[in-house]
Amino acid sequence: MDAAAPRPKENQGEPLPRIDARLKVTGQAHYPADLPTANIAYGALATGTIARGKVTKLHLDDAREVPGLLDIVTYGAMDKVDKPKFGNVGATSIAPLHDRTIFHDGQIIALAVAETFEAAEEAAQLIRADYEEETPSASFDSPGTKTIPAAGKSPLFKEDVKAGDFDAAYASAAVKIDARYSTPTQHHNPIELFSTTAYWQGDQLIVHEPSQNVTGWKVELARQLRIDPANVRIVSPFIGGAFGSKGPMTPRTAIVAVAARRLGRPVRCVTSRMQAFGTQTYRAETRHRIRIGAGKDGRITAFAHEGWEVTSRPDAYVVGGTSATGRMYDYGSVLTHVSLVQADRNTPGYMRSPPETPYVYALENAMDEMAVALGMDPVEFRRINEPKKEPIGKKPFSSRSLIQCYDQAAEAFGWAKREAKVGAMRDGDWLVGMGCATAIYPTAVAPCAARVRLTADGDVRVQCGSHEIGTGVRTVAGQMASERLGVGIDRVSVEMGDSALPPAPVSGGSISTASVCSVVLKACDAIRTKLYAAATAESGPLAGSHNEELDLADGKIVAKGGASARVEDILKTMQVGAIEEYAEFAPKGAPPEALKKLYSGMPEFHGGEQDEDAVKYAFGAEFVEVRINRYTKEIRVPRLVGAFAAGRIMNTRTARSQLMGGMIWGIGQALHEATEVDRHYARYVNRDLQDYLVPVNADVKDLQVILVPEVDHAVNPAGVKGLGELGNVGTAAAVASAVYHATGKRIRDLPIRIEQLLV
Amino acid sequence: MRPFVYEQPTDISAAVAIASSFTSRDDQPTRANAQFIAGGTNLADYMKLGVAEPARLLDLNRLKDPSLRQIRVTDDGIRFGALVRMGEAADHRDVKQRYPVIADSLRLAASGQIRNMASLAGNVLQRTRCEYFRETSWHCNKRAPGSGCAAMEGFNRQHAVLGTSDACIATYHGDFAQALIALDAVIHAEGSRGTRKIPFAMLHRQPGETPHMETDLAADEIISAIEVPAMPWARRSLYLKIRDRESYAFALASAAVALDLDGETVREARIALGGVATVPWRARAAEQSLQGKRLDDASAGAAADAAFAQAQPRKHNAFKIELGKRTLVRALLETRNMKV
Ligand SMILES: Cc1cc2nc3c(=O)[nH]c(=O)nc-3n(C[C@H](O)[C@H](O)[C@H](O)COP(=O)(O)OP(=O)(O)OC[C@H]3O[C@@H](n4cnc5c(N)ncnc54)[C@H](O)[C@@H]3O)c2cc1C
Ligand code: SF4
Repeated sequence: MDAAAPRPKENQGEPLPRIDARLKVTGQAHYPADLPTANIAYGALATGTIARGKVTKLHLDDAREVPGLLDIVTYGAMDKVDKPKFGNVGATSIAPLHDRTIFHDGQIIALAVAETFEAAEEAAQLIRADYEEETPSASFDSPGTKTIPAAGKSPLFKEDVKAGDFDAAYASAAVKIDARYSTPTQHHNPIELFSTTAYWQGDQLIVHEPSQNVTGWKVELARQLRIDPANVRIVSPFIGGAFGSKGPMTPRTAIVAVAARRLGRPVRCVTSRMQAFGTQTYRAETRHRIRIGAGKDGRITAFAHEGWEVTSRPDAYVVGGTSATGRMYDYGSVLTHVSLVQADRNTPGYMRSPPETPYVYALENAMDEMAVALGMDPVEFRRINEPKKEPIGKKPFSSRSLIQCYDQAAEAFGWAKREAKVGAMRDGDWLVGMGCATAIYPTAVAPCAARVRLTADGDVRVQCGSHEIGTGVRTVAGQMASERLGVGIDRVSVEMGDSALPPAPVSGGSISTASVCSVVLKACDAIRTKLYAAATAESGPLAGSHNEELDLADGKIVAKGGASARVEDILKTMQVGAIEEYAEFAPKGAPPEALKKLYSGMPEFHGGEQDEDAVKYAFGAEFVEVRINRYTKEIRVPRLVGAFAAGRIMNTRTARSQLMGGMIWGIGQALHEATEVDRHYARYVNRDLQDYLVPVNADVKDLQVILVPEVDHAVNPAGVKGLGELGNVGTAAAVASAVYHATGKRIRDLPIRIEQLLV
Repeated sequence: MRPFVYEQPTDISAAVAIASSFTSRDDQPTRANAQFIAGGTNLADYMKLGVAEPARLLDLNRLKDPSLRQIRVTDDGIRFGALVRMGEAADHRDVKQRYPVIADSLRLAASGQIRNMASLAGNVLQRTRCEYFRETSWHCNKRAPGSGCAAMEGFNRQHAVLGTSDACIATYHGDFAQALIALDAVIHAEGSRGTRKIPFAMLHRQPGETPHMETDLAADEIISAIEVPAMPWARRSLYLKIRDRESYAFALASAAVALDLDGETVREARIALGGVATVPWRARAAEQSLQGKRLDDASAGAAADAAFAQAQPRKHNAFKIELGKRTLVRALLETRNMKV
């Protein structure tokens, strides 16, 4: 076993290679914009260049002169189409071609459609607009923004959590801190660009688009186009990176569908990297104020977390991470408040661990400051404040292995060798610093459906409308079927990413493995039950055996005593060539209409802090070493160790890969990533990968992932806690504390850059 | 991107002739109707973005003259053909041994893929990466003369502090040019008015009132070679590049340093600064301040102060003065400590 394929420990599955790995590395994986489509026309977006005002006139004449131009879809073209809605399924309520009002930089003003991609691009670049301009508000501190309370503005953020009497506890605390933190705007920049290909076959609309939510999009697109959802199909077999950006549908999808209808021809529109900054969602900038009070013994008595987040004028997107930070430790008293700051910006959206990344960054940086204020080891400080029950609702944790994570990561990292004194560790001209932080992510699960078929030849097919966004869900779904049906993984095929398949929830919130594996398990068990019934029937080969004594392995039903029967023969006696089961899974405690909502594309999440029995979270601990040049102050990260516990690990290879990717992203959040917003014009400035920096290979040196065994039957039938978004929570705070340890400078605003260390 | 005519001339005089028939005497090469393309890693990018709009592209890659693709080392120095790829020059044994500052400046630039594609002449002529220049909807005096400069009051973290003007503060982002200017390189150019040699320091123009006039070349002039004089002591030289990430990023500040030492005393110092200036930047005042001095923290610090004495900070780039100084101090001390 090599590092990429960690040896499974207790409750961990085999590190099978991805079943689609070969397709991906040989170019045979067809991403939506690669899917062959005959007689295609190309669309290119024209986007606006102001952030607030009105389009008074569009100049289309030059564009119309471009040879090969077929159509320009602009104002008026969408009048018989309903406006997009903002919510889980829709990215924004801003309907760019319904309304000449400009709400943000880079808003769509037209779609040019032509015979070739080049002609479409050229025409789009020639479209010019006259505007009635107004002074836009860019972000925090800009004149003209409006600040409103977040609680209740989103169904996902109902209230500001609190417990006890914070004010009194804080006032009387022996040791306290009061500090402000901030995180910048970030854009997902998946390598696969955003694209929509739409074509009509009679009444049927087929859309190829990278999507994390094919069922939701089908229903929402049908609503906008005023057609029956049964006539819409969204196809997204492979996705080249999503990170939340391909979760909510953007207004472009309906615009391209209308273009295809007008033309009577397939239309493909690939958004440029630059245009994606204004036409997709992003992680909004946040600000935080954290107050912590503790006794001299290090026990926290008071915790307050206030957050401010930027959103668009029309849509109240709430990040709202206080629900996790408010439950992290044994605080005594908790006070939280989240505010939205409305500016002239496009609507933000989900980006890998949307609430936790910024909010836990602030909390964990503050925890490190508090440990310093107390003169305590930061790991010890967390150990002392480890809760038995979460402080808000006083519910138990379904499982919580945070301390085990700290112990194992600290051991592997060599934390004991760290000299506590700031600036004490050096290597030539390089200052050495070490820091740590906690990672947390809510464990949720949602209703899901799947179809599984087992043939007499021992082939298994799994069908589920979930999405392979790079996490490995196709592989682990196949692994579940392979285990339960006793066939090799090479006999299993898995179909996903098509709204014609049984519906699955959005691939977001780290729910996919839990939801998909739970329903595949259920379908497989239904197949087992049928096989067992036939095998144990009076005339059957295993008559007299009870189901509990049976298992499926190597194409056989095996009884405890050693007797067995071939599945092929059982199917013969059943007089069928295959058994196929359609299963629906609803989480424990889900209301009766939960499954109906699944089919309408809006299944609800369960778990996290919502369940009655317990709160459900996955945890991790991350340790980071930084080196900072004593002259020029550039920061490098030679070493990271993360230990994570997330219930059943279906596949140690794909799990490690997810966590590793998250930690690498964490390096980027700490040191590189930021979208710059021009303060005067409220426009994005660094709209490409030249200036929007993410870590490159040279920035990632020694990175170790430890999978800590954990068993949790309460979370879902598969026993799986999602870990896709766990890895990048906490990393930035660990880097910030390591930077402090090396230099004595507490950097509270991300990303941490050379200029902050020079002063 | 606009449609354009693409031609592949096979000899320099033909290429010059075509260029001169489509351009006039005063045309800036970057604004001319006909433009040369080598690796295309800079020009093609700007054509896609609508920043450059040549009606005719003259591809230099089919030019037959083999010297365009050769690196020749002689007693007089080293001669790089204009079409030599960055990667090849960075890996060249003699370049690494005799002029480490050149090899470093190339090795630390861009990415492996780009270095395999990009030519040395194209590299020195690469245009600024100013974000407001790259995107055609902003006001930019360099791209659209007289339209204003959005960077001045905008986000200008990566902009220059040396050689700026009220019209433009865009940084010259190349690395190789810093090594060339420090080593007194000479450019060989061929145009309709004959061939000429241009001291490297005369090639680029500071923005002044006319930031759209970027170089001293005429629109029909082709760079054929870059020559670096022999300089035995240049074995003690290096290029230090400070950036936000470990690789594949432009310099926030960089220093090309070559030292002729007598023990610890400086006989001669060559210093150029990158990432902080509007053009490749020779720091002569810093060089002079070191001459005849013992090189230590104090004299290196004084040289760095001299180098940045005229620096003009803006809102987001003020740190470049301090960073630039420290980069130079570190580069000087590391060069002193080199084992040659
Ligand atoms: C993402 C990215 C990162 C980069 N990072 C760095 C970096 O860190 N450091 C760095 O130094 N550079 C960097 N570069 C720039 C890169 O080095 C240049 O794009 C490249 O060197 C240009 O060479 P080329 O041959 O491709 O030029 P082209 O794009 O072909 O041409 C560039 C210009 O030179 C002109 N030209 C080319 N050859 C001649 C000639 N023989 N005579 C007259 N005119 C000519 C062209 O007309 C054009 O105006 C980066 C580029 C990219 C895209
Ligand atoms: S700094 Fe120069 S290149 Fe940048 S916007 Fe201003 S004028 Fe244009």
